Amino acid sequence: MSHVRLANVTKRFGQVIAVNRLNLEVERGECFSMLGPSGCGKTTTLRMLAGFEDLDGGEIRVGDRLLSSRSGNFYLPPEKRDFGMVFQAFAIWPHLSVYENVAFPLRLRKLPASEIERRVGDALASTNLLAEAKGGPADLSGGGKQRVALARALAINPDVMLLDEPLSSLDPHLREEMRFEIKDLQKKYGFSIIYVTHDQAEAMALSDRILVMNFGVSQQIDTPLRVYNNPANKFVFGFIGLSNFLRLVPGAEGLCTPDGSTIMPRDMGPPEGLLRLKAPLFLASRPSEIDFDAVSGLRGLVTRKAFLGEIVDYQVRVGDQDVRVQKGRRSPGPEVGEVCGLCFRLPHWYPVDEPV
Amino acid sequence: MADIRLEGVTKAYGSHRVHSDLNLAVNQGECFTLLGPSGCGKTVMLRLIAGFEAPDAGRVAIGGTVVYDAGGGVNIPPDRRGLGVVFQDYAVWPHMTVFQNVAYPLKIAGWNPEELKRRTLETIALVNMKGLENRLPSELSGGQQQRVALARALAARPSLMLLDEPLSNLDANLREEMRFEIKEIQGKLGVTVLYVTHDQEVALVISDRMAVMDGRGRIRQIGSPAEIYENPADAFVFGFMGVANFLPTRSDGGKLLAGGGAQPIPWPGPEGKAEAWTAAFRPSDIVISRPKPLPGAGCLSGVIRRASFLGAMMDYLIDVDGAKIRAVLETHEAMSRGLIFKEGESCAVTFLNLHWFDSGALKETAI
Amino acid sequence: MNTIGGKRRFGAAEIILLLSIAVLVVVVAVPVLLILVNAFFSGGSLTLADVSAAFRNRGAWAAAATFFRLAVTSFNGHDVFKVLGESDTYEALLNSLFIASGTTVGSTVVGTFFAWLVTRTDIPYKQLMKGMFLVPFMLPSFIGAMAWKMLLSPRAGYINRFFMDVFNLDGPVFNIYSYYGIILVEVMYLFPFVFIQVCGALERMDPTLEESARISGAGLFTITRKITIPLVLPSILSGALLIMLYSMAHFGTVAVLGIENGIFNIPTLIYQRIHESAGNFASIRTGTVLASVLVTAAAVIIWLQNRIQGRGRYQIIAGKSFRPMELKLRGLRYPLLVVCLAYIGFTIILPTVVIFLVGGLRTYGLSFTMENLSLDNYKFILFDYQVTRDAIWNSVVLGFGAALVTMFAGVMISYVIVKMRVRGKGLLEFLGMLPFSVPGSVIALGVILAWSGKYGVNLYNTVWIIFVAYIARYMAFSLKANSAALEQIHDSLVEAARASGATTWQALRDIVLPLVRPGMIAAFFLIFLPSLRELTVSIMLYAPTTRTIGVAIYTLNEDGETVMSAAMAGVALVIIVIGQIFINRITRKRSGS
Repeated sequence: MSHVRLANVTKRFGQVIAVNRLNLEVERGECFSMLGPSGCGKTTTLRMLAGFEDLDGGEIRVGDRLLSSRSGNFYLPPEKRDFGMVFQAFAIWPHLSVYENVAFPLRLRKLPASEIERRVGDALASTNLLAEAKGGPADLSGGGKQRVALARALAINPDVMLLDEPLSSLDPHLREEMRFEIKDLQKKYGFSIIYVTHDQAEAMALSDRILVMNFGVSQQIDTPLRVYNNPANKFVFGFIGLSNFLRLVPGAEGLCTPDGSTIMPRDMGPPEGLLRLKAPLFLASRPSEIDFDAVSGLRGLVTRKAFLGEIVDYQVRVGDQDVRVQKGRRSPGPEVGEVCGLCFRLPHWYPVDEPV
Repeated sequence: MADIRLEGVTKAYGSHRVHSDLNLAVNQGECFTLLGPSGCGKTVMLRLIAGFEAPDAGRVAIGGTVVYDAGGGVNIPPDRRGLGVVFQDYAVWPHMTVFQNVAYPLKIAGWNPEELKRRTLETIALVNMKGLENRLPSELSGGQQQRVALARALAARPSLMLLDEPLSNLDANLREEMRFEIKEIQGKLGVTVLYVTHDQEVALVISDRMAVMDGRGRIRQIGSPAEIYENPADAFVFGFMGVANFLPTRSDGGKLLAGGGAQPIPWPGPEGKAEAWTAAFRPSDIVISRPKPLPGAGCLSGVIRRASFLGAMMDYLIDVDGAKIRAVLETHEAMSRGLIFKEGESCAVTFLNLHWFDSGALKETAI
Repeated sequence: MNTIGGKRRFGAAEIILLLSIAVLVVVVAVPVLLILVNAFFSGGSLTLADVSAAFRNRGAWAAAATFFRLAVTSFNGHDVFKVLGESDTYEALLNSLFIASGTTVGSTVVGTFFAWLVTRTDIPYKQLMKGMFLVPFMLPSFIGAMAWKMLLSPRAGYINRFFMDVFNLDGPVFNIYSYYGIILVEVMYLFPFVFIQVCGALERMDPTLEESARISGAGLFTITRKITIPLVLPSILSGALLIMLYSMAHFGTVAVLGIENGIFNIPTLIYQRIHESAGNFASIRTGTVLASVLVTAAAVIIWLQNRIQGRGRYQIIAGKSFRPMELKLRGLRYPLLVVCLAYIGFTIILPTVVIFLVGGLRTYGLSFTMENLSLDNYKFILFDYQVTRDAIWNSVVLGFGAALVTMFAGVMISYVIVKMRVRGKGLLEFLGMLPFSVPGSVIALGVILAWSGKYGVNLYNTVWIIFVAYIARYMAFSLKANSAALEQIHDSLVEAARASGATTWQALRDIVLPLVRPGMIAAFFLIFLPSLRELTVSIMLYAPTTRTIGVAIYTLNEDGETVMSAAMAGVALVIIVIGQIFINRITRKRSGS
């Protein structure tokens, strides 16, 4: 049986449905991310799990323990849930030393002094903080503060760790480093991670599985690779990575751009089912999955070419729309002002009037 | 003719010397970037040119006119240097509307009301802010405020624009969009731009030429983005321009061996003399493949220590005889060629390009 | 602001700096210095003439050196201790300390409790209650004291009389003419200092600081004890010290309630000595010694406050915010609401009503029946009685003038301190601290010493001496409001104007001045309103024709004209409330745009 289980969880704020009948299961030891734009309900979900918000419907269990249940009118306060949690703004108590911050949850559990010392030492060692133990947290950098928050959450050796955008207050290079540190800690301690972020690269790099949310509704729950390669809908495609959506309309010879100027060849066309609708379609593609192809029937004018170091970024005008193409710096490509053919590898197709 | 010329400029704050005997020339109509880590004095340099600070020694000339000369006692105040300046924190005046902000330089210059209105509206349109003329800055997003600041700096069509990290307060998407726009506007108006940033990606996109500065304010290399990226002058420049791998080697009987092991580097060795050499390369300079049946056949064998899926890219950390190197390859390529590795698997690595740096010097120039 | 110009000349910056220093020296530093000199150095051996001669001839450091040399030779600590040893002064000292301590403890407890109640619990009508708890800021405490005297004086107080009549008691239920009476009244009107600080800290505090404790396993009580209270402790202490400072130097309440039973504190004793002995040397000397004690205490308190704020100012503001956790009061919700309402009713509504009712009585002591009440007193005060009409006019003119002058002087001084890079600024920064730490009665005594003709200018018995004293007293408000406004104006805003082609003066006119205007307006009203009800300074400086509103109320009350003083107090309250509403409208309009 899965470890953390949310069944039909619903939360309303006044008229707004923040989370709508969400179902998800997280396995023991799994790293599970909740990903979505701000206001999508991911943080609310995490806060319901932590116990800071009550539910308006459904129930939440961890193992065989019931945490919240609307129908059962049951709600376990956060201090009894035994989670570890790390917050975006660190939430390190400035009036306590690093050591005392980490010892706080243990002291509340009335552990013997020697046990507290052992566990705090262990948590500080795991987060490379032994040298800073005596000091106040004010002297630490952002990364240091977040390590204290991690150590504090680790101290009670929780089964489940809740992480609420823990890296978004850090510098980009530090963010990457901490990402790996969190993974290493998970390997060492074996806790499950439930991770909230709006940064898709972070979610991809860290997670075993990802939940993509929008407007409080689950869009897809899958492994990072499948979310990337088989997005469930246009929203998921657009949210993960850079994307082009080229609007095409049915013409006499197949699909073409709305101004009718460019013919879309049949061979890389959409599935028959969509084609039969005779409705406008989006051709969805990633900039890195478009090739310059001299013989392609889809022609465009290169309007911008920017050298970004490892990659070269092109903007190609196709009819009345722009398509972005990215190639490695070693790949040959056209210059600004040249007309080129485009070939879409692995295109995805979505109806323009798709119901959200 | 050089549009900005700095000669022997020295500036110190107390005992802290920011610049000493610095020389720099920026050409008419080019977009020139000062790129360096924070605290390297690049902003100070911009402020010296703008006239907000005075050098302790040296000369500053703009468009052929000496605006500061420590020896000759020349110091033209910033309001008479004819510049546009865009600041990191926007510095849009909160009590004025968008129109009033943009019109201010023209008003000060005494333009007649009709001309002023025409030019102001034209400039607001140039930065894609048409229709927002009567908004107050508090009603604008950060990106829009920065557009107002840009328009204000451009209103009087100065021959020189100074931009001090104008994008660093914006979020990633907006930053990406704005850097292309600034470049486009610069091209349209032909204005000379001096752009200060610590973000090498922005510098690469926006510059015609750029200067890379180190933490102590020395200029390490000046050149076009491609020159600097492909032919870095030293290890500092190489490391600063993007994700960099440094693979230490040791020489053994005329061969260079990778890391602490016995595998020879499958690439021509360096020229010149050094105690020890370090090979440097970008993640994209590596070709990764499944292990070859015959080891040592033009490749190094290593072990995948970490595999991260980043969406469009796969990011591998590979252990080659104790040296850690990072390889990135496109996900679709990795999938189509069966190169999705798991942690702990073996792999083979060859190179497309290598730079050689003296290992001793490398330690000194640690970033 | 800018450092253009290679060689330093004596330019506009230096002129502004010197002017700023001059203002602070003349208005604040000299009076305070005179007090210390008069207190510690007997007679002729230390004259400021020597010091000023040294200053003229050899500059500031020489003047300081001369001062110290003379100080050491003529120091007369023995006399100081003699004055302090006199039983009256000794007692006043102890009284000040005792009353201030009691008031501080009481106000801190009350203020913290109510702040916690309106920010961290689910008590109903929070916003309304928050507003109501700030009303005591508007009520002058000596008017409150007068009201409580009418209610709880041992024989004539309405409440005491009611209980004595109904229950046939021999004595009063509570005697307001006592230490506890004074402390009680001061707590009622001073607790907002703590309330406002603690409310602010609790509201700005990052809720995840408490949430992370909760997820660590702490219940709400433990969190309050171990996390919340320690984090807001700097704010609590800082509010408490403000109250301590205020109460030690507070004149009105003790003057109204203490004199009956011979309870004096430092300011009231200073007043009494100066007033009774019409400026003879011994009384001035006693006054200066007591004032020196106040200055020292104030300096210590300000120093402590800076330390607390420097050390304890945790970064507890951050991040995306959720509503902080609210303690569910459950069964206690309505009982606590009743406590709050009762508190507001007792401390705000009851005294106000009593003031207006007594002001309408024909004679003090009559019962409040329709035939005893009329508007005659109010009419008399507003239209017929020369003394009160003068007082209102004086207060309005003095307040307006002082607010205007202080606003401009404050913006100039703040500009130098916040924005200019000019040598010698350190001295100005030091002088700028002074107004914050000098209590009103000290200022009053200081201006008497400075402007009574001893140094060439005699303003005594004119409105000008009150005017000068008001400027000194309210300079701190102006500096605070204007510095805050100027700190908001980032240097790059000015630099952007310079780069647009504006000269220094154009940038000042087009950018700085419009942006600092809200701060200046705030400063004006922060001074104008309190000055309308000012008592501590005016009472020491008034002459028969230069009474202010506060003085008029106080002297009428002291002369036994209770109904007239109540009517005058009623008029003052109306003026204050109208003024406050006016300010609120202005500031709301500003923050709305």
